[in-house]
Amino acid sequence: MKKLNRQQMAWRAAQDLQEGMLVNLGLGMPVACSQYVPHGREIVFQSENGIIGAGPLAGKNAADPDLVDAGSRQITVAIGGVVIDSVASFAMIRGGHIDVTLLGAFEVAANGDLANWDSRMPDKGPLVGGAMDLAASAKAVWVIMEHTTRKGAPRLLDTCTLPLTAPTCVKRVYTDLAVLSVGPAGFTIHEIIPGLSQAGLQAVTGAKLTFAPDCGVINAPDLTDEE
Amino acid sequence: MAIDKRITSATEAMQGIKDGATIMLSGFGGSGFANTLITALRNLGLRDLTIVANSATHPLAKTQILIEAKQVRKVICSAARGRGKDLSAFEEQWKAGTIELEVLAQGTFAERIRAGGAGIPAFYTPSAVGTDLANGKEIRRFNGRDYVLETAIEADLTLIRGDIGDRFGNLTFRGSQANFGPAMATAAKLVIAEVFTAQEAPIAPDRVMLPGVFVDHVLAVGSR
Repeated sequence: MKKLNRQQMAWRAAQDLQEGMLVNLGLGMPVACSQYVPHGREIVFQSENGIIGAGPLAGKNAADPDLVDAGSRQITVAIGGVVIDSVASFAMIRGGHIDVTLLGAFEVAANGDLANWDSRMPDKGPLVGGAMDLAASAKAVWVIMEHTTRKGAPRLLDTCTLPLTAPTCVKRVYTDLAVLSVGPAGFTIHEIIPGLSQAGLQAVTGAKLTFAPDCGVINAPDLTDEE
Repeated sequence: MAIDKRITSATEAMQGIKDGATIMLSGFGGSGFANTLITALRNLGLRDLTIVANSATHPLAKTQILIEAKQVRKVICSAARGRGKDLSAFEEQWKAGTIELEVLAQGTFAERIRAGGAGIPAFYTPSAVGTDLANGKEIRRFNGRDYVLETAIEADLTLIRGDIGDRFGNLTFRGSQANFGPAMATAAKLVIAEVFTAQEAPIAPDRVMLPGVFVDHVLAVGSR
């Protein structure tokens, strides 16, 4: 059994983005998704500081400190893209115009509660950013995160232990072990990595899992895990 | 006398600002920080300031020099986490209890500023409902969904960064420079913009991104 690396997790989530969607990608693994969208599929990436149609990172020669995404990365604007101000950008978000927001997370609960803004790190200040607006108002909230913490504790739980970003909002989760949906029955597994048993997955999950009748395996390409 | 908002001294333009003032600072992710103006503000040596800025800790923003100089009593922001191994100046003072923090969802931060400049005293938003940030705030249900009441923010001074300004105070922004600037410019008694270049000739009407009526002074800093 081989866990997916971070690039493979981003790749798997990217496969589910559909032509024409307006998609906001959170910091960390989510922003890596844009490079793994299947060739020829046009998706509009929104960056909440006001880029509607964020393109790839700017190369060394094209980098412009006045043009950054929500992760402070110097980027390009995609063909057809526009730049607006923060007020208009968040009106777009709260107004329900974002089809999918892909966010990182610390914990997701079986009722869809999301905790991704405050890990209670000692001494560090809080970082809310746009996550609460996105989680509350995007049409779909998908999460990419490792299935367990570095110490092996489950991140998929009956109830979140960390402060919530928004209640009952998460619809899908992509982990390094599985792809799952969140619904009235809690977590349902749709795909699992090759070589991992259902019992093995349940053992590292903090809530009861249901396995979809057509539950398949994740066939991710080999991708180098680099930041 | 013709209107001409172009100035050569930021310090002079800020003379009316007093200790205890509330000051909005634009900028996001390295773009749109009015760092020349913030440096001039620091040099005034004011105390007990309330700073309204999206980030309290961004390494490219000069906001931190106000905090390091212990001129700030309170920060209203959406991001207050430093990136380095060591604590940021903000985090140190926050932990020591010498600086107050009001942290907001970023959309709520932006909309409270917009409301401040638009004559709206308060509004209901879906963001942060069901979280710690809604604690103690009024919740009201509309059409079956809960919303939290947030109030407008106004300021004594706003410092923003634009690209080109003209003598009327009209501004353009380049790249993602606008971010919170246009809203902040509507919400303060005194608004100063630093720009790459300030020209006498008016910017074409359909190219203006912030009308000069919201800008009191324009300082050219000559670099991008």
